[in-house]
Amino acid sequence: MKFVDEYRDPALAGQLLAEIRQTVTRPWVIMEICGGHTHAIMKNGLDQLLPAQLELVHGPGCPVCVTPVETIDRAVAIAARPEVIFTSFGDMLRVPGSASSLFMAKSTGADVRMVYSPLEAVALARQHPEREVVFFAVGFETTAPGNGMALLQAKREGLTNFSLLASHVLVPPAIRALLSSPTNRVQGYLAPGHVCTVMGWQEYESLAEEFRVPIVPTGFEPVDILAGLLMALRQLEAGRYVVENQYGRSVSREGNRAAQRVMAEVFTVRDRAWRGIGVLPASGLVIRDDLAGYDAERKFAVESIRVRESELCQSGSVLQGLIKPDGCPAFGRECTPEHPLGATMVSGEGACAAYYRYHRTSHA
Amino acid sequence: MHNLNPEDFSCPLPIMEYETIQLAHGSGGRLSAELVSRLFLPRFGNETLNRLEDQAVVDFSQGRLALTTDSFVVDPLFFPGGDIGDLAINGTVNDVCMSGATPLYLAAAFIIEEGLPLSILHRVLLSMENAVKGAGVQIVTGDTKVVNRGCCDKLFITTTGVGRVPEGVNISAAKLEAGDKVILSGTIADHGMAILTSREGLSFASRVQSDTAPLNGLVAEMLRVSPLIHAMRDPTRGGLATTLNEFAASSRVGIMLEEAAVPVRPEVRGACEVLGIDPMYVANEGKLVAVVPAQVADKIVAAMRSHPLGREAVIIGEVVADKQGLVVMRTTLGAQRIVDMPVGEQLPRIC
Ligand code: SF4
Repeated sequence: MKFVDEYRDPALAGQLLAEIRQTVTRPWVIMEICGGHTHAIMKNGLDQLLPAQLELVHGPGCPVCVTPVETIDRAVAIAARPEVIFTSFGDMLRVPGSASSLFMAKSTGADVRMVYSPLEAVALARQHPEREVVFFAVGFETTAPGNGMALLQAKREGLTNFSLLASHVLVPPAIRALLSSPTNRVQGYLAPGHVCTVMGWQEYESLAEEFRVPIVPTGFEPVDILAGLLMALRQLEAGRYVVENQYGRSVSREGNRAAQRVMAEVFTVRDRAWRGIGVLPASGLVIRDDLAGYDAERKFAVESIRVRESELCQSGSVLQGLIKPDGCPAFGRECTPEHPLGATMVSGEGACAAYYRYHRTSHA
Repeated sequence: MHNLNPEDFSCPLPIMEYETIQLAHGSGGRLSAELVSRLFLPRFGNETLNRLEDQAVVDFSQGRLALTTDSFVVDPLFFPGGDIGDLAINGTVNDVCMSGATPLYLAAAFIIEEGLPLSILHRVLLSMENAVKGAGVQIVTGDTKVVNRGCCDKLFITTTGVGRVPEGVNISAAKLEAGDKVILSGTIADHGMAILTSREGLSFASRVQSDTAPLNGLVAEMLRVSPLIHAMRDPTRGGLATTLNEFAASSRVGIMLEEAAVPVRPEVRGACEVLGIDPMYVANEGKLVAVVPAQVADKIVAAMRSHPLGREAVIIGEVVADKQGLVVMRTTLGAQRIVDMPVGEQLPRIC
């Protein structure tokens, strides 16, 4: 893994850390919006190595965490139908809905299957023409093109027994909402590298200018993250606020046009509820009306979902960077990965899970 | 040892009338008897088994006995580097010898799904035969059941093993002491990733091979240079992280690991990267982790390296008095993080 190892090189990381220490002259708050970043920061212990003046806060960038309970409940209800083979990536299976999760549904007889690609779900639809195959299409801009491709593939093949339960969210509207909030403390952003690979960084330019925050699309290895932080810090110290790309090896300003075309062909933008945060304008993707036949939500009308969520859970504040996971009174007590109260404790990329998994001695 | 390629040999099917397993093969009648006499005995036959009694009566010297049992339900049955047959032997041999015991006898029970091609059963038995020879043990009793189609997945095997624990050897997860060294016999995550990548048809990872192997020879070599091993285990399901957490909890100590010291093959690391899986939690079938007093650690590592299954043996960390019950890893960048017990099965990430 030569390609990866150079981004984990301890010598290079040490050099970047030294530069960060030299650059920082006063306190700054930088948010890593993406759960993948949060995870990498905690796993490598980067937060322990950074100067105390630089505070990292975690953002709402974990698609599993922000999927509304209502959507999980809907998924469980659809999965329970006898004609349905319900397919999903692994990390959605454990997330608790109001009363059940997809794993629990599976154990009580629902045909729930873990897949590694939406095209596997299309293949299942091909193999089982007598069943209805539903794929749980969750994620940010990163997974939307692939999921859209799967839908188009099913359409090309004339499969009528394939549909997506789509729950896609968009990053820039979330950043805008956080920055517009009166409680905002965040002064700079690491933007999610994978999302920018698809979308480019164009759409972040107006945000950087309007809110006077540096935004740095950043990769996921320790050296990437340190380099991204250094770039953001240099801007902050110099009073510059632009989009500056750290992740040059996969991100361009325009992004991947072909992927963007697929997204436009399959999805349309809509207001969307984020679990723990609330409705954010124009922040979600739903399947276009002309493809309604591939939309599981419309295909399988699920009535009377009654949503119930833990009253203790403060994951909304965690997702907005207002508190750290260990600032939640339930952290490590009522709420653990074995008995999660919120999605942020379940998902591998959730901030509460990352704190619990890697750092609970210093906190709990 | 298990580079047997079943495609290479043509076997005259031992039970001529049928190509697949019939319910009657498990009925206790003529077909059952044929299955045993034509398929099982030629592979595993020995004085004790050949008697075909309802129990095996074996010689056993005085002293302490190690006893274990394990069921094997792996899917797919055949995977790069091994199959359910050698797993069922090696897995149980390893569980016996992790106590320091010398494995002697095994019992094997087969639950077979009606309709299983006899050629498949034959392939599995051949690899079990090889594994039995490789480990130097005997199957002395067994059982076969055939269940209706759909009532099990092709083939389940349960093996039970017994062994003799040598005088003066006392190995237990509760015996870790501060200052002890943690030794790993080689690379981690090979078996689990071989299964996962072959199950999911991830062709980029085609070089990932299972490490299934009997570890009794390696253990004997370790005990020969020093009987002072405190704890030892083969980190199977749940991986190295789970085993070390169990050690730390049983002994109420902390374990401090060096991330850079834990060996992972590049192709295995690559497959883990792509799927978002941490190799620390992935199953191994031919590796052991031992915790030994610091003064004998180098001697034991040297002895392990002289054995083919321990060539890559390394010290990966040590036992510490603080951080009770926790496994902590010093990352390559010099920070620390907890290596937690996994909550459930590892699930590949979403993006
Ligand atoms: S620790 Fe648990 S209860 Fe608290 S915010 Fe996180 S998920 Fe919610």
